[in-house]
Amino acid sequence: MDYATLLQLLDTTLRLATPLLFACLAGLYSERAGIFDIGLEGKMLMAAMASASVAFLTGSVWAGLLAGMAASLVLAGIHGLASITFRGNQLISGVALNFVASGVTVLIAQRLFGQGGRTPPLAGDARFSAITLPFAEELRGVPVLGPLYAEVISGHPLLVYVALLMVPLTWWVLYRTRFGLRLRAVGENPAAVDTAGISVVGLRFAAVAITGILCGLAGAYMATALQAGFGREMTAGRGYIALAALIFAKWRPVAALWACLLFGFFQALALRPDVVEAVVQVKVPVPFLDALPYVLTVLVLAGFVGKAIPPRAGGEPYVKER
Amino acid sequence: MATGGSDARYAIELKGISKAFGPVQANKDIHIAVPKGTIHGIIGENGAGKSTLMSILYGFYRADSGEIYINGKLTPIPDSQSAIRAGIGMVFQHFKLVQNFTVLENVVLGAEEGALLAGSLSKARKVLTDLSREYELDVDPDAVIEDLSVGHQQRVEILKALYRQADILILDEPTGVLTPAEADHLFRILKGLRDQGKTVILITHKLREIMETTDNTSVMRRGTMVGTVKTADSSPEELAELMVGRKVLLEVEKNPPLLGKTVLKVEDLRVKDEHGVERLKGVSFEIRAGEILGIAGVAGNGQSELLEALGGIAPATGRITLNGADLPLAGKGADARARRGAGIAHVPEDRQALGLIMDFTAWENVAFGYHHAPEYQKNAVFMDNDALRADTERKMARFDVRPPIPTLAAKSFSGGNQQKIVVAREIERNPDLLLIGQPTRGVDIGAIEFIHKQIVALRDQGKAILLVSVELDEIRSLSDRIAVMFDGNIMGFRDPETADERDLGLLMAGIASDSKGEAA
Repeated sequence: MDYATLLQLLDTTLRLATPLLFACLAGLYSERAGIFDIGLEGKMLMAAMASASVAFLTGSVWAGLLAGMAASLVLAGIHGLASITFRGNQLISGVALNFVASGVTVLIAQRLFGQGGRTPPLAGDARFSAITLPFAEELRGVPVLGPLYAEVISGHPLLVYVALLMVPLTWWVLYRTRFGLRLRAVGENPAAVDTAGISVVGLRFAAVAITGILCGLAGAYMATALQAGFGREMTAGRGYIALAALIFAKWRPVAALWACLLFGFFQALALRPDVVEAVVQVKVPVPFLDALPYVLTVLVLAGFVGKAIPPRAGGEPYVKER
Repeated sequence: MATGGSDARYAIELKGISKAFGPVQANKDIHIAVPKGTIHGIIGENGAGKSTLMSILYGFYRADSGEIYINGKLTPIPDSQSAIRAGIGMVFQHFKLVQNFTVLENVVLGAEEGALLAGSLSKARKVLTDLSREYELDVDPDAVIEDLSVGHQQRVEILKALYRQADILILDEPTGVLTPAEADHLFRILKGLRDQGKTVILITHKLREIMETTDNTSVMRRGTMVGTVKTADSSPEELAELMVGRKVLLEVEKNPPLLGKTVLKVEDLRVKDEHGVERLKGVSFEIRAGEILGIAGVAGNGQSELLEALGGIAPATGRITLNGADLPLAGKGADARARRGAGIAHVPEDRQALGLIMDFTAWENVAFGYHHAPEYQKNAVFMDNDALRADTERKMARFDVRPPIPTLAAKSFSGGNQQKIVVAREIERNPDLLLIGQPTRGVDIGAIEFIHKQIVALRDQGKAILLVSVELDEIRSLSDRIAVMFDGNIMGFRDPETADERDLGLLMAGIASDSKGEAA
């Protein structure tokens, strides 16, 4: 494999890792606060549909982005209501919302556009276009690093860079701010937070809302940047892959970046069977490559990556004890 | 005792506090006045309403009626934040600490100075240093909670309250998890706080602690306040009578033991936990017929593993002989059923986890472990539930279980009556050896007296008894011989008649003193 091919592969990795990263960080906020969220997938799907529809109808990708976040927030709010206010089972609530999203997205898209549950293709201002970073062309001549900067780092839609910036931001929020301290505390021992005079319910809703917004970004990116429009089940299990990445990363933001890049890399490989064949010297069936990210997900979830200790109060509704 | 208006001499005055949970009246028209700068004890049986009352004072619950005065001022406390603002700090029985946070982070949580942490943390570090110097509250501010001993974790809880400038400190059963030395240290801290003008409320069921540390004591019984006395003018007997509402024998009456042949012989018994860490590190001892061997020690020093190994729940290595016959320690024949068959009855330490199924009825629970007994079988297929229920009724009558209704779910009984069900099930099988762990944990004084009598009666029938308890007083009053465990080892054996508190305390802390007692 030559350097140019590697760069292409890495470029695709970054593009494909972005929705995973948004969703993974989304899950991080929720789960660090003690609310398991298996419904990342559904929120992404809903956001993808809403953003593509609104972007098409208004011609503005920004309006689409807002709509995507709003749609995702609605689902997040329902999950919060079910699991925080009514102390329901978080897994069941998440799974139910995934089913709802799967059906409702197609229903609405079909009703609006009558194109078999898809939105019409987006173009122009209804999509995020690639941004060329400063000096990309000028530095192209620098050996090794120049092409890396110009090909891999530069030339992505804005949201890719937003996702990357979310990583240090999340780290900073989590470990350097009052909100982060309380967020981590409420996921470990909500009773400690409660007796310190802080609202457990308020904190958890805040976390779930952030999850909603980030899933909204993930979905909007899928429909208005990575692809040009919404299609049925277009998230294709990325919400679950993001969950696997979150466990792989042991609920830490920087590790989450590496985990998402790894999963993104496998997804990128699946798009380039020719490269894989050239490297391993064996013809690998494409479906096998397609399955790779999911196989990795199963391996991670089965605990083959060492023991990952989730936040201690995760999944359990908080009830004041006597 | 309540004065007409507000009185600024009192740090806390509660007037007419009532609180009901559904049909249960947890607090009924409670009046209490706590003078500033004193240590005030609140004592009562389980379910007397002590914790509820303090939770109301800390804003964890809202009273249905009544008024709270802090320093003579009417102060409504709708939530914990208001309590903290009113200068009240609470150290709960189960610590409210974030296990993977540092001491500093735990102290700062909820009392941060601004949106960013750096400033709060450095301020807290300084305050903590001052506080620890002033009150003997040494803890490393950067230590992670899960690495600290229970005693140190408790200090963090006290520091948390002091950092929030609490003038009134409430401690709920603070010594349950401490060694005697740690408890003494705690009481020194509390006296230091009092001497600095702070008010301390100590909730406990241990009469000795009340007598040693408090200035005044309020006694609660079944949701009501039965009286407040000056501790120095009172006696343990008087307080116990106030608590229970009748005269109680605090000392267990027993005759000298009539020792028979050796029933249980344990040699080099070792148990590993699921992580492969050795929790029981080669203990050896014997128990003879008609003898109670009491295992003293702070919880978590291998006592549970010892009971589980003997009871057939945990696999072990070493050697166990019962009446001269070897018992298998792992694999086939090393399960609880085989042990019961061999004549070992087991009252587990945690009755709610191992002793009972809380959602099942009393008669079903009485069957557990003995469900194969021939008298419970109707034929080869069906159990004889009628016989079982009748048997349960008999056991309930003999053990004074209230209410004596076999069809009631285990969770509907009080802690003491749950324990009586378990003890009845095991003792009535007439075992050669009774393993009994924490026989009176969470059991009220009246039931304690009863259960103790049953244990002594079994011993007087010539049975061997292994008693494990974290209550040193219980060990001392029941045992014929005491073994002290620390870190998976037996530190030494003592005679309860001659052993002194300090010596036992040192052994419990793992400090071997000169061997005074007889050897194993």
